Amino acid sequence: MVGAVGFEPTTSWSRTKRATKLRYAPPTRVRQRCARRRAIANSFGRKDLRPPLRRTPFAVLATGGALRENGFMNAVVDATLPDAHGRFGVYGGRYVPETLMHPLQQLEEEYARAEQDPEFQRELTYYLRQFCGRPTPLYLAERLTRELGGPKIYLKREDLLHTGAHKINNAMGQILLARRMGKTRVIAETGAGQHGVAAATVAAMFGLKCVVYMGEVDCRRQELNVYRMKMLGAEVVSVTAGQKTLKEAVNEAMRDWVTNVRHTHYILGTAYGAHPYPMMVRNFQRIIGDEARRQILEQEERLPDLLVACVGGGSNAIGLFYPFLQDASVRMLGIEAGGEGIIPERHAARFQGGSLGVLQGARSYILQDEQGQIQLTHSVSAGLDYAAVGPEHAWLRDQHRVEYSYATDEQALAAFGALARLEGIIPALESAHAIAAVMERAPKMPRDQVIIVNLSGRGDKDVAQVAARMKL
Amino acid sequence: MNRIAERFARLKRDRQKGFIVFIGAGDPNLEMTRRLALAFDQAGIDVLELGVPFSDPLADGLVNQLAAQRGLESGTTPVKVLQTVAAIRRDSQIPIVLYIYFNLLHRRGLEIFVAEAAAAGVDGLLVLDLPPEESENYEALMRESGLCAIYLIAPTTPDSRIELIVRRGSGFIYYVSREGVTGMQASVSDTIGQMTARIRAHTSLPVAVGFGISTPEQARTVAENADAVVVGSAIVNEIAAHGRSADLTERVMAFTIPLAKAVKEKRTSP
Ligand SMILES: Cc1ncc(COP(=O)(O)O)c(C=O)c1O
Repeated sequence: MVGAVGFEPTTSWSRTKRATKLRYAPPTRVRQRCARRRAIANSFGRKDLRPPLRRTPFAVLATGGALRENGFMNAVVDATLPDAHGRFGVYGGRYVPETLMHPLQQLEEEYARAEQDPEFQRELTYYLRQFCGRPTPLYLAERLTRELGGPKIYLKREDLLHTGAHKINNAMGQILLARRMGKTRVIAETGAGQHGVAAATVAAMFGLKCVVYMGEVDCRRQELNVYRMKMLGAEVVSVTAGQKTLKEAVNEAMRDWVTNVRHTHYILGTAYGAHPYPMMVRNFQRIIGDEARRQILEQEERLPDLLVACVGGGSNAIGLFYPFLQDASVRMLGIEAGGEGIIPERHAARFQGGSLGVLQGARSYILQDEQGQIQLTHSVSAGLDYAAVGPEHAWLRDQHRVEYSYATDEQALAAFGALARLEGIIPALESAHAIAAVMERAPKMPRDQVIIVNLSGRGDKDVAQVAARMKL
Repeated sequence: MNRIAERFARLKRDRQKGFIVFIGAGDPNLEMTRRLALAFDQAGIDVLELGVPFSDPLADGLVNQLAAQRGLESGTTPVKVLQTVAAIRRDSQIPIVLYIYFNLLHRRGLEIFVAEAAAAGVDGLLVLDLPPEESENYEALMRESGLCAIYLIAPTTPDSRIELIVRRGSGFIYYVSREGVTGMQASVSDTIGQMTARIRAHTSLPVAVGFGISTPEQARTVAENADAVVVGSAIVNEIAAHGRSADLTERVMAFTIPLAKAVKEKRTSP
């Protein structure tokens, strides 16, 4: 079985230190290369840069980058999913109370129209650039690369976006959709508070009323974001049911939506829930991967060997992965929250301790007991502390297209500190899980390879919590 | 014949309205659930809906959420609920519907659960988060086992969906009289007549109306346009208030009987 990202906290990775000379191209050469690359791309279309779409064997990553013996398949994953029923294989669907069925169908139809509408796309692109700060850099983490002594490590800097995480990509898309549908009020659930802040932000921009549901435990551990949401004019409802974290916030948001659906749009924050949400959120987040693909081709003149992202509901991960799914040579690694280890109720790694179930609108891998009751979860990171995983991820795992592993609280905290000290970047604890995986894998990989890791958010929200743990 | 169908046939013959009660199974414990069921039967309640406690009841308001929580705390599992239904069946033929979230069925395995429910003496299932679009072989399994697949219709349901749902449902149609979760309301919706008429244009199945009804006056008003009236949270609230008292059953009946009477006062037109 795929083990935990197995490096010891704080120092062991620095023992692997090897002096790697970075072949970092000076700006003029980069520009020349880019021009050459563009010329090639223009003359052949970008397709020449990737293998043919169909019947291409692709390598399957088992552990540590080893090619699986039987890893040659001729079924390249189908990127046209979900099907008309919102299904990715057996996953996904629309398991909601009747009151929401028609509103979800209307949302699906309106989204389909918007997606085809150049005016909608133009507006979205405009705000993503001018308001959110896209495109985000693809940044070569030089010291981290040198320290680990393996492949070049690029950070996709979603942390630099306005509001501090990738969540705004989706919130912006959905608020424009809400406006098209004539909704006057939006609601959102939030765990780490980043999606809540993003929803509150776009609601303020367009003058819509906004209510954010957040578990009481999360309100406490992500207090900064609670203040931000309130300052942005949103109402924050602290949810005290159950274990008082993200799952309960989703329940409350769905109850609100069922009650106010005629004038309220639910800005769901991750690639989860009833159709069309997993598809729609993915499509709003794929800009991460679209940019990263273009950027790496410009900066390295090649595709990356490995993509790494943390997986809560799965939106930042699918956003990065999706545009690379047909690139057979690109392996992908999703990192769940290992909490205190894979012991029931002490982690949130759905692919380690979970099973097939139906929760909050979708069929997917969930953490549940023998009877089908949802289990408690734990993670130091509020944004990964959730009992279900996006249905497309479950499907990609079945297809052996993406590998899923986990990082523990300790590993994520160590990675959090390492990135801060080595790169001058304080990551969100969620993103620190992805960094932890890179720190484990990179030293075992050839130096001529390239890794892209999604730095999904910045760590301002986590500073108080980590400081308390470190007794600063 | 299925007990639900039988009961509605009798109500029709007698030109009577039906009264349906919802309680959370295992609240405060399953032995009380059994006793309450027998008392409801004696009081002439037409259908008993038993809520199977689930950890994440997202279609429920606070009152029923707390009932589910008490049910889980008393150790209630889907299997034990079925055992309780079997125990009720030793003394009563009251029609019983399980109000349940899909994950509990899914976990057990749809086929197994439906077979076990039928064997225990359950008459129908109302799966909150299983719309007909996702039902796959559910209805076929239910039909084979003689169980009614009860579906909800909501104020947001357009005619095209009403048509789909009435084709797929059996026993009765449950019209949720307002957008929202379960829970008590100060007043009943004034669109009930319109909606029940729209539903009846598509089906001859009886239409039960529920969500938010808590007083005899409201029950009487709703009964004008419904074949049956459902009261849930208001009764669950009584159980919550008196769960520990020795005379829980008497107290719950004292609350329920006036509601039932209000409904039974209304006669259907011939
Ligand atoms: C910075 C950041 N990264 C990742 C996540 C996890 O969500 P997802 O898996 O949808 O990207 C969150 C959620 O709160 C987050 O704030």
